[in-house]
Amino acid sequence: MIHTVNRRLEAKLEERTGQKVRHCYQCKKCSAGCPVAFAMDPLPHEVMKLVQYGAEERLLKCSTIWLCASCETCSTRCPNDIDIAGVMDGLRRMSLESGLASEREIALFHKAFLNGIKLAGKTNESVLIGQYKALSGRLFDDLGLGAVMFLKGKVKMLPRVAKDRGAVRRIFKETEKGS
Amino acid sequence: MSDYDFTYYPGCSQSGSAEEYGDSTEAVCKALGIELTELPDWSCCGASSAHMTNDLLSVALPGRDLAEAKKLGRDVLVVCAACYSRMKIAQKRVLEDEELARRVEESVGEDPRFAGQVRHLLDVLVNDYGLARIKERVLLPLEGLKAVPYYGCLLVRPPEVCFCDSVENPTDLDRFLEALGVEVRPWSFKTDCCGGSLSLSRTDVTERLVNKLFTRAEEAGANCIVAACPMCVANLEMRQQPGKFSFKIPHHLPVLYFTELLGLAMTLPGTDRWLKSHIIDPMPLMAETKLMIPS
Repeated sequence: MIHTVNRRLEAKLEERTGQKVRHCYQCKKCSAGCPVAFAMDPLPHEVMKLVQYGAEERLLKCSTIWLCASCETCSTRCPNDIDIAGVMDGLRRMSLESGLASEREIALFHKAFLNGIKLAGKTNESVLIGQYKALSGRLFDDLGLGAVMFLKGKVKMLPRVAKDRGAVRRIFKETEKGS
Repeated sequence: MSDYDFTYYPGCSQSGSAEEYGDSTEAVCKALGIELTELPDWSCCGASSAHMTNDLLSVALPGRDLAEAKKLGRDVLVVCAACYSRMKIAQKRVLEDEELARRVEESVGEDPRFAGQVRHLLDVLVNDYGLARIKERVLLPLEGLKAVPYYGCLLVRPPEVCFCDSVENPTDLDRFLEALGVEVRPWSFKTDCCGGSLSLSRTDVTERLVNKLFTRAEEAGANCIVAACPMCVANLEMRQQPGKFSFKIPHHLPVLYFTELLGLAMTLPGTDRWLKSHIIDPMPLMAETKLMIPS
């Protein structure tokens, strides 16, 4: 049960994402069209309501903000022009900063993906999958698929790199606090 | 000098699992006289992972590529829907938000305010080159192919940066396929998400989205799915039934790139190589429709 309402979370999100969550009037179009709704708790329209209530901890711990696939169907349909996927981005970044993030594996995937870019300047699928497996411990996933991909010539052993990797690393360093 | 002269941003997938997309892009552009000069020393756009976890990084990574493109001056051509989306959004934001542009410039070390256009190849073919002219280049009308056009998310959303003619029911790819002689089957899942960003981490979610797309495509009477995004194609081909040591596919509907079908219709050399590199083998369909003689 929520007994208190505070505007702090809504204000923080507005500062980060420019989105005015107070405009949500619970039409539920976002949840109706969300392709991932079946796996979410709370649903997107409930996330909007919880933001209005200021239920920060509950939101930063929830899996919904990680399951959002950023397909932007909700943002496109919102009658109040709230970029709901953008709000999910904001909550996800706050969740990472606060250390409350659930859905460890999704967070690890993003980490592995960005590590690969930091390393090579480009994304190499073999490096990404190797990093993700090492970080998540899911070593034996998709071995069958891997064999099929290898036979189809889809596994590139030599990683491709950007020449000026220093410039890309510099971007990572400069934007470290930029979330 | 050609009428269509672009700086080409190939994107990472096109030299990895989507090599056939990159190769077919270069081949059809060459055949149509669309000149591509690769962006020198391009780097990754950061895709979903950057914008999901760090806002400034998500603008600065494509910002570096925009800065390189600015030096060359020409419009930029992109084929990956995710690269396209990230570059368009980054460009819009640095051009409209001067404070952000300054922060990006600081981290990139160069001016990211590229004022030229960032275009997707499908947009250029349908809206600039024109379907009438494409029709003239078709030597082998693709009769027998019944396709559902699959746009996915990032070719259509957000509509403020995307080119498609409608956000709920786009027809650009439909009309392109019709020009090649393909029978386009109507379906309601043109722009439904395939769950690409959860493909490795929450495979259970992705699997459900992918199987829904196949089931609906089959119900629509299609014998193939045609897409314009390497993430969608990889996901559809590889994520039907993930497992550890085995790899099974309940649905055998081939998933093809629009560029491959253009190559096939123009009888370009290399088409068989592209088609054969797919995880879901399209060769039985090619033989059945007599579009390609099995070798």
